[in-house]
Amino acid sequence: MIQPLLIEKIVSGSAMQNILSVQSLTKKFDDFTAVNDISFNVEAGSIFAFLGPNGAGKSTTIKMLTTVLRPTSGEISINGFNALKEQDRARASFGIVFQDHSLDDELTAYENIVYHAVIYKVPKKERSERIRKALEIVGLWDRREDYVKKYSGGMKRRLEIARALVHYPKILFLDEPTVGLDPQTRNAIWNHIRSLNKERGMTIFLTTHYMEEAEAIADQIAIIDHGKIIESGTVEEIKNRTETESLEEAFLKLTGRDIRDDNVPGNKMRTIRGMRRRTRR
Amino acid sequence: MTEVIYILWLRQLQHYWRSKARLLGSLGQPLLFLVTFGFGFGPMYARASGGGNYMDFLAPGIVSMSILFTAVFSGLEVIWDRQFGFLKETLVAPISRTEIMIGKTLGGASIAMIQGLIVLSLTYVLGFRIPSLASLGLGLVFMFLIAVFFTGLGLTIASKMKDMHGFQLIMNFLIMPIFFLSGALFPLENLPPAIYFISRIDPLTYGVDGLRGAIAGMSVFGIYNDLAIIGSLSILVCAIGAVLFSRIEA
Repeated sequence: MIQPLLIEKIVSGSAMQNILSVQSLTKKFDDFTAVNDISFNVEAGSIFAFLGPNGAGKSTTIKMLTTVLRPTSGEISINGFNALKEQDRARASFGIVFQDHSLDDELTAYENIVYHAVIYKVPKKERSERIRKALEIVGLWDRREDYVKKYSGGMKRRLEIARALVHYPKILFLDEPTVGLDPQTRNAIWNHIRSLNKERGMTIFLTTHYMEEAEAIADQIAIIDHGKIIESGTVEEIKNRTETESLEEAFLKLTGRDIRDDNVPGNKMRTIRGMRRRTRR
Repeated sequence: MTEVIYILWLRQLQHYWRSKARLLGSLGQPLLFLVTFGFGFGPMYARASGGGNYMDFLAPGIVSMSILFTAVFSGLEVIWDRQFGFLKETLVAPISRTEIMIGKTLGGASIAMIQGLIVLSLTYVLGFRIPSLASLGLGLVFMFLIAVFFTGLGLTIASKMKDMHGFQLIMNFLIMPIFFLSGALFPLENLPPAIYFISRIDPLTYGVDGLRGAIAGMSVFGIYNDLAIIGSLSILVCAIGAVLFSRIEA
């Protein structure tokens, strides 16, 4: 029993290239297990896609990784910091673009970013320069004085990405960053993300339902279903193992063709019913 | 630390200042109460108290009322932040939950203070006079403590609420009784034992009594007792709020 622990210590000591490391992560809501004992590593500087059908446990996992939801058990290490014990240092290491809206509509775009820069303790001297750069990257510098409520969906998304860049995160979490956007905006956003990854070596952790997007951008992929990671590796490895031609086919082969109910905690009845329906088949 | 608190405070003031409809709308109720109760019950109060001026009694009560409602509402605004997703943005930041609690309490309390000061100047128009600058200063202390206590209470409740469905419940079964049984509108004398008891455990009772003692020279419990009670309650509620905020999940 002692040996595996020792090995793990030696490995983690030498392997700082894993910017994110997850060990036996579990989350239970009453008697429903949303995330069931998952472990994975994300290499520094890589693009990691975390895929799964609705209700598979993606969002619950991201919430735990970004310290807003406490795991039932397991360990998370971000940038070398224990996300459960050294929360503030872990929080300073990542940026996140949430799946749903998280801007203050009653403030201007600029005020939203200033708020972010202050609560992330960006040095005062560098603040205006960093904000200008971040807004220029997403092409919103000219619209900075507009109230966010006047922004379109795509502009809001770009602003959220710009905001997440101001404190120079080591790892950027993107929870379905392109959902509901037109192809032009999606293309622009993926180009930004790719250049952030290439030029700044920023690690990207993303979820998406667009398999062709994941296939085009991700170095590593993990597929989660029913709270368990059922497949992981590069796109090629996954396609080979499942004997399919595309990631979409592999995904459908692995997770089945049933339509899933969303698993929102507090909406358990629906989930349980959905699960029964699945098991009956 | 201080800059984080400042930006949290600033955001609430920006919201308040930009929403002129809310600013004006929330003055309607105090003005209505001052005019209708003030002139309606004035003669009755004068007869019962042997020539007392009801406006002197009522003005501190209505100032307290406007602070109470504005403060609780500012605290409960966190629920909107949660529903519109902005709370997450604050919660994933590398700042302590105590900083969030302090910033939001000061923000809400400042708004409630501004609202209270506007109502106080309305009472001047209706004939209420504060005897001296010193009593105004002491009055401001009480106004601030009422504002801090009830913003803290609003935040504490909000940290446990997922959406606005419970809002009516809180208004009708907590905030309205706190207002009506605080002695803001009528003297707390010769009451049935149950009502008497509730009025004595009502935190606002001591805020209203202290404010009335400070700016109108009428106090039942003594100004310094009031100060001690509402002061320690404010610290207590903020401490409880900070603990609950540290456990909040988005």
